[in-house]
Amino acid sequence: MSPAPARRRLRKSLPGLLLVSPSILAVGLFVYGLIFWNTRVAVSGRHDEVSPYGFDKGRDFVDLWHQPSWPGAVRHALLFTAVFVGGALLLGAFLAFLMDKGIRGEAGFRAVYLFPMAISFIASGVVWRWLMNPAPPERAVGLNQLFHKAGLGALANDWWQDPGWGMAAMALPAIWQMSGYVMALYLAGFRGVPEELREAARVDGASEWQVYRYVVFPRLRPVTLSALIILGHISLKVFDLIMAIAGKQIITYVPAVATYVEVFDRHDPANGATIATYLLVAVAVLVVPYLVWSVRTERVR
Amino acid sequence: MTRVLRPALLLLFAVLFLIPVYVLVVTSLKPFAEAGPQQAWSLPAHWSLAGWRSAWTTLRPGLVNSVKIAVTGSLLSAVLGSLNGYVLAKWRFPGADAVFTLFLFGMFIPYQAVMIPLAGLLTHLELAGTIRGLVLAHVVYGIPICTLIFRNYYVTVPDELVEAARVDGAGILRTYAWIVLPLSGPAFAVTLIWQFTSLWNDFLFAVFLGAPDSWPVTVLLNNTAGSGAVAVQYDQQMASALLASLPTLLVYLLLGRFFMRGLMAGALKG
Amino acid sequence: MRGRWKAAAAAALSGVLALSGCGGGGKETGDASKVEVFSWWTGPGEADGLAAMVADFKKKNPGVEFVNAAIAGGSGTQAQAVLASRLQNRKPPDSFQGHAGAELLDYIKAGQIEPLDSFYDENGLRSAYPQQLLQQITYQGKIYSVPVNIHRSNMLWYNPKILKEAGIAGPPASIADFIAALKAVKDKTGKVPLSLGAQWTADHLLENVLLGDLGTDAYNALWRPGADWNGPAVTKALHDFATIVGYTTAEAASTDWQGAAKAVVDGEAAFNIMGDWAYGYFTGGAPNGLGKKLGTDFKYAPSPGTDGTYMWLSDSFTLPKGAPHRGGSLLWLKEVSSKEGQDLFNPKKGSVPARKDADKSLYTGYLEYAFNEWNKPGVKLAGSFWHGVSASKRQHTDIDTAVGLFLQSRDVGKLQAGLAEAAKNSGQ
Repeated sequence: MSPAPARRRLRKSLPGLLLVSPSILAVGLFVYGLIFWNTRVAVSGRHDEVSPYGFDKGRDFVDLWHQPSWPGAVRHALLFTAVFVGGALLLGAFLAFLMDKGIRGEAGFRAVYLFPMAISFIASGVVWRWLMNPAPPERAVGLNQLFHKAGLGALANDWWQDPGWGMAAMALPAIWQMSGYVMALYLAGFRGVPEELREAARVDGASEWQVYRYVVFPRLRPVTLSALIILGHISLKVFDLIMAIAGKQIITYVPAVATYVEVFDRHDPANGATIATYLLVAVAVLVVPYLVWSVRTERVR
Repeated sequence: MTRVLRPALLLLFAVLFLIPVYVLVVTSLKPFAEAGPQQAWSLPAHWSLAGWRSAWTTLRPGLVNSVKIAVTGSLLSAVLGSLNGYVLAKWRFPGADAVFTLFLFGMFIPYQAVMIPLAGLLTHLELAGTIRGLVLAHVVYGIPICTLIFRNYYVTVPDELVEAARVDGAGILRTYAWIVLPLSGPAFAVTLIWQFTSLWNDFLFAVFLGAPDSWPVTVLLNNTAGSGAVAVQYDQQMASALLASLPTLLVYLLLGRFFMRGLMAGALKG
Repeated sequence: MRGRWKAAAAAALSGVLALSGCGGGGKETGDASKVEVFSWWTGPGEADGLAAMVADFKKKNPGVEFVNAAIAGGSGTQAQAVLASRLQNRKPPDSFQGHAGAELLDYIKAGQIEPLDSFYDENGLRSAYPQQLLQQITYQGKIYSVPVNIHRSNMLWYNPKILKEAGIAGPPASIADFIAALKAVKDKTGKVPLSLGAQWTADHLLENVLLGDLGTDAYNALWRPGADWNGPAVTKALHDFATIVGYTTAEAASTDWQGAAKAVVDGEAAFNIMGDWAYGYFTGGAPNGLGKKLGTDFKYAPSPGTDGTYMWLSDSFTLPKGAPHRGGSLLWLKEVSSKEGQDLFNPKKGSVPARKDADKSLYTGYLEYAFNEWNKPGVKLAGSFWHGVSASKRQHTDIDTAVGLFLQSRDVGKLQAGLAEAAKNSGQ
């Protein structure tokens, strides 16, 4: 370890570091500064806006489970996540599979599947409220009305107002919004598989399905994983969608809505921050292993 | 069989995807008395542009603000993301991976919880309520995703290109300008489209960090719903919703293939 | 560029310090060049009323710039959240709208709004407002807000044709009659007995059932510190509430209050319980109203068991501590407390003035009835808990949660326990 190479290494890495440093500072302050602040409030035991900041040794993380609305919020978030992530992945992959071979009007189909990403739920919330309305046949509106008219009355259901499975219906608009994006990712992935590989498999007598099963899909694991991460974190933090369609009603209560209610309605900063910390931890459990894994495998590559 | 089945299935899904838009469009073109959930499926008996007209009057100031915020914000985000991605992929320093990981984790912060201190931060910077403040917040919270897109894209650029320029004595910025930037088209397309969409559609930052004269269209759209003792003017509401979404819709319809091309070139995957 | 980031870091640090409880401004300058007024009046009607009051304000105070910072979503959504954020960051508007009463408690305790007693004295307001009203908005001997209007929560709207079809003579006068009427509608007509909207309209229904069953004094007693929510009278009221909810619509959660109220005038539902803002919605011309006729399309009465009591709620304005244009704020408060201001605002908003001396001739139709009821000697006042009068924000939210859980479980015991818990934690 002579000083010369060390200095050379410094000279080599300094410009890069300088160029990124504004971003490092900004992220440090706006992201980690606020995460720190949030954690501080979560353990402060400050359940109103006038008490001083104390330290409750993390009691609120336990107490929260005794809040009447909290266990339901967690259950809702899990059900929503399962249906939304699973649904968007499957539908997106299926659409990409249908389009993979090239099809007339591909650009048009792609545009139709992608455009829901462009519309915020502030804008489309009312329509979804109409579509998923559980009124009985004589007053039916939305999709149920359509089902009754088409003689498919059996399909009519309570949508998100079903006490048990409602959150599964709530995932439909989210699937609508994001599956086009998943489709685009998979389509890009499919097209990235060299034709020679598929051809070789075909020569070996593989059926078209087997080509996908054994040649194409295994190469798409990274795509699946990154789609999973993006969908997963959107799902855990789902807020706009619920607020636009159902508002703050208990029947669709989820943690992100709970944070908002605790901070702004109940004026309980500690509870709000505790829920936010849970959300952050949930996302971290999902994301950090992926981040570490992807950075590491890349280095090997 | 599959030759018929594939297009048929694709068509079926396309129709399903278009259902909400059908309702939006049809309702926006009905007169007030006709616009309502009961008649959501039927075409207008009388066509009317009244909803669109009042939507335009109400939303116009917000549209101007939204353009300012979304255009400046996404351009700045893209430039910053490009520089970060370039350094983290090609001009690495010790700890670069750690920095990247820490950046990425920033994508996942639940904003509702930190809104009050965030607004406080901007108040201290004397940027609260201004368009500049909103742009700053968007650019900062856009750093993770933009850096991710560009870095993943630049990883696919052969190291030899950059090395060659370095050997020729080009510095970090010159190498960027000569070698890397000209190759960056697809990643810029993805970033700009992605950021433009999310900045345009943002409501949370806008309502907490903005002020009446800097409110973008989403806040005004939310205000048209009103809160008072009046009928909901669904024709106007639907027209407003469409009007507010029009720019992002156009971006996807017109530039969607650049988005796809950028994805295929390696941005935002894997 | 670098300098700015450094400044940012410094600012963040000082932000953290400020959050840990220091701060607090000096005495205000009384700047009257401008006034920024925060409200949630963005809809037609209310926005028109605000505009009329602003026009009068400008005429009386030329040279004072008026900034309208209205954000939609008053009943607890965006507007109040944004307001909370601004107050905590000590960047208050010059005056903000709030429901008069306990809803303002958090702001009072946090020292974010100033008492207005001297303002009341200087402008002779103590005799202008009804005594009971001032009593009900006084906190620890001080008044913190200036009411501009009065709405009534305990109103029953009904469809006379459906009542006739069901063989019901007139609007039910007690909760027991009401339940019998709901049953009759269900058995004899195919119509919805009682239309209901999203969760908060069930909260609204709850306050009306509590008032109807318990009577005014016992209802008002529920909101005093240490109140007993476990008594048999409350249990009975909650059982009635459960029975009544059983006659409501399946699609309630995806219906806004307008949709629920509209079902009555459209002949789909027999009854709806909603505040008196429904009247303007029913009778107003398109596009802001449904253009329906009182007498044939709908009729109204006090909600069952509450005749003689005015369950009130009021929009009021405040003076935030550290308001940047304190002089402008005081001028604005003067406007909203004035007879002219209230008479300009209320006919458009569809409410009656909080003052006793308003010009009666301006109030016609339902508003004439409301005006007379409000000013009737011997009228009893009850504060609407859902609309901010008698419950703190915490209790308000906790009751909402208990009701939301009840709508799923329909378990009266749990509801009562939840309400008792909410009262215990109310922080009042």
